Amino acid sequence: MSTNTALDQLFVKTRAENRAALIAYIPAGFPSQAGCHKVIETLAKAGVDAIEIGYPYSDPVMDGPTIQAAATQALENGTGVTEVFAALKHATDQGVAAVVMTYWNPIERYGVAKFAQAIADNGGSGVITPDLTIEESDEWRAAVKTSSINPIYVVAPSTKPERLVKVTDHCGGFIYAASMMGVTGGRSGISSAAGELVARLREVSNKPISVGLGVSNREQAKEVAAFADGVIVGSAFIKAIQDAPDEESALAAVAHLASELAKGVREAR
Amino acid sequence: MFDPKLVIDGLGHFGPYGGRFVPEALIGALEELEAAHSSALQDPIFQAELAELHRTYSGRPSIITEAKRFAQHAGGARIILKREDLNHTGSHKINNVLGQALLTKRMGKTRIIAETGAGQHGVASATAAALMGLECVVYMGEEDTKRQSLNVARMKLLGAKVVPVTSGSRTLKDAINEAMRDWVTNVENTHYLLGTVAGPHPFPTMVRDFHKIIGEEARAQVIELTGKLPDAVLACVGGGSNAIGIFHDFIKDIDVRLIGLEAGGDGVETGRHAATITGGTRGVLHGTRSYVLQDENGQTVESHSISAGLDYPGVGPEHAYLHDIGRAEYRAITDAQAMAAFALLCQTEGIIPAIETAHALAGAIQIGNELGPDATLLINLSGRGDKDVQTAADYFGIPL
Repeated sequence: MSTNTALDQLFVKTRAENRAALIAYIPAGFPSQAGCHKVIETLAKAGVDAIEIGYPYSDPVMDGPTIQAAATQALENGTGVTEVFAALKHATDQGVAAVVMTYWNPIERYGVAKFAQAIADNGGSGVITPDLTIEESDEWRAAVKTSSINPIYVVAPSTKPERLVKVTDHCGGFIYAASMMGVTGGRSGISSAAGELVARLREVSNKPISVGLGVSNREQAKEVAAFADGVIVGSAFIKAIQDAPDEESALAAVAHLASELAKGVREAR
Repeated sequence: MFDPKLVIDGLGHFGPYGGRFVPEALIGALEELEAAHSSALQDPIFQAELAELHRTYSGRPSIITEAKRFAQHAGGARIILKREDLNHTGSHKINNVLGQALLTKRMGKTRIIAETGAGQHGVASATAAALMGLECVVYMGEEDTKRQSLNVARMKLLGAKVVPVTSGSRTLKDAINEAMRDWVTNVENTHYLLGTVAGPHPFPTMVRDFHKIIGEEARAQVIELTGKLPDAVLACVGGGSNAIGIFHDFIKDIDVRLIGLEAGGDGVETGRHAATITGGTRGVLHGTRSYVLQDENGQTVESHSISAGLDYPGVGPEHAYLHDIGRAEYRAITDAQAMAAFALLCQTEGIIPAIETAHALAGAIQIGNELGPDATLLINLSGRGDKDVQTAADYFGIPL
């Protein structure tokens, strides 16, 4: 994969600094279109290295109740592909690496090659596709190559060794390692499966590996940053926004959580 | 000649349809299921066990009934009903659940989960779980638990846990979402007993294989009765399991028309319908590529039908393919047309059909009138209507 996206550059930098990158997830249009843009600004200022813009989808089978509720709210706010690309552009304008995370159907509906090119045109580094299997990805692989963006696939603790090789071969930017068997959302502890999966990945690939699912606080970020190149936090930010009484306190809560997590990824090694 | 074997590659594709669009966490389970299904197909002991359950538990082979009085309203064509409504639990759904429950035990799993819309598949799953000593959890949209409270009680009596799903539109599609989330989390000891010919590979082919006995029996029974093949085979299509079940053995008989009747709701032109092939576009939903009711952003659009069992914005990928290559045709039947056919069968034949099935009967009235008295139509009477008495009474203004 001969890309040189902002995401590729980020991992060169964080590896040189001997730390993990902090990656935050926020759905486009949540809590509102303007609110989402303010959250993006807040995340970037508070030390987040990269932002995943979620494409809210009607049938999010990988997501737990927190992100489901956020997606529903974002859809009620009229979020579609235009708003997703606007949020992506806003994130890259803040100087952080940015990608879109989306279920496959919206890409197919928009047009596969056109979607990849729109990511590039809006300064995006790549796309995370959690339900696109390698077997179904021929058209997408051609499209990301043409547009020079990173195709990011998700692997799971149950992924068998030979399949791990197959999937990681096609990953660009980073490999998304799901920390456990389950849906998105905070957990009380990080499962031991995360470390084991990353160790298995290291044996077959030297690409950056980011761990997601269930990381919600500084301690957990520190724990994961000890063995992963990137720490992904999603539901915890959304919960902070949902729990806040107003926008001002929501942004303050996001800033506080982001700066705590940013410390966590820096104190691990 | 058209060879149905050609449409399947190792990845579960039917032309551009089918395949596997799922989180990586489920790949292992799908591969395990595919292997278990393939080996069971070759295993005479498994096949004998399933055949014995069909014979002594479900009541197979199901009979055929010629509907002579009903036929007078269908252009005088011969109307032959394949009586899946007489199976144990009252619909074709038992064929699939017995097969998958046996596979669950074969894989050493102890827990099944299922989605249900009308409750027929949930009841069938709870039944198979009780019979085989498996733990059973059924996900059902909260709206549907209210529409079908009698079936909720049936599932509970059978020992299943029923979880009302409150996310999204609170109907069948959201029940599937919730079942998939459970499966991702508990895949080690849990089998997802999907109830239709949709979902990721191998479900569309596997569920078809468990239902194709319907068409195999019916084909022989019709030939025995009439001395020839029928002119057309009709079935209602939501996800499409009973239709594939009766169509499959006739696919090779290219002169036999295969006609799927979709739920037209208030009419396809109103947008309030569940006629996915007639009114949808190509897309990916619940792990498979097929026709989908969706908007310009790829968001699933809510479906509408008086029949909870057809109220689904997707359809099995094999149907999408049979449609595109012209081997099967699909028509939409409105709620009103279905309910008229429902009443007609009750009053001409003494058979109360499921409202789902009434869509196929409405199709029979249309096709019979188009083809006239020389035609023979085989209709899959996929389920009985006891569960729909409340809905039908409300519709016809019968006080309860």
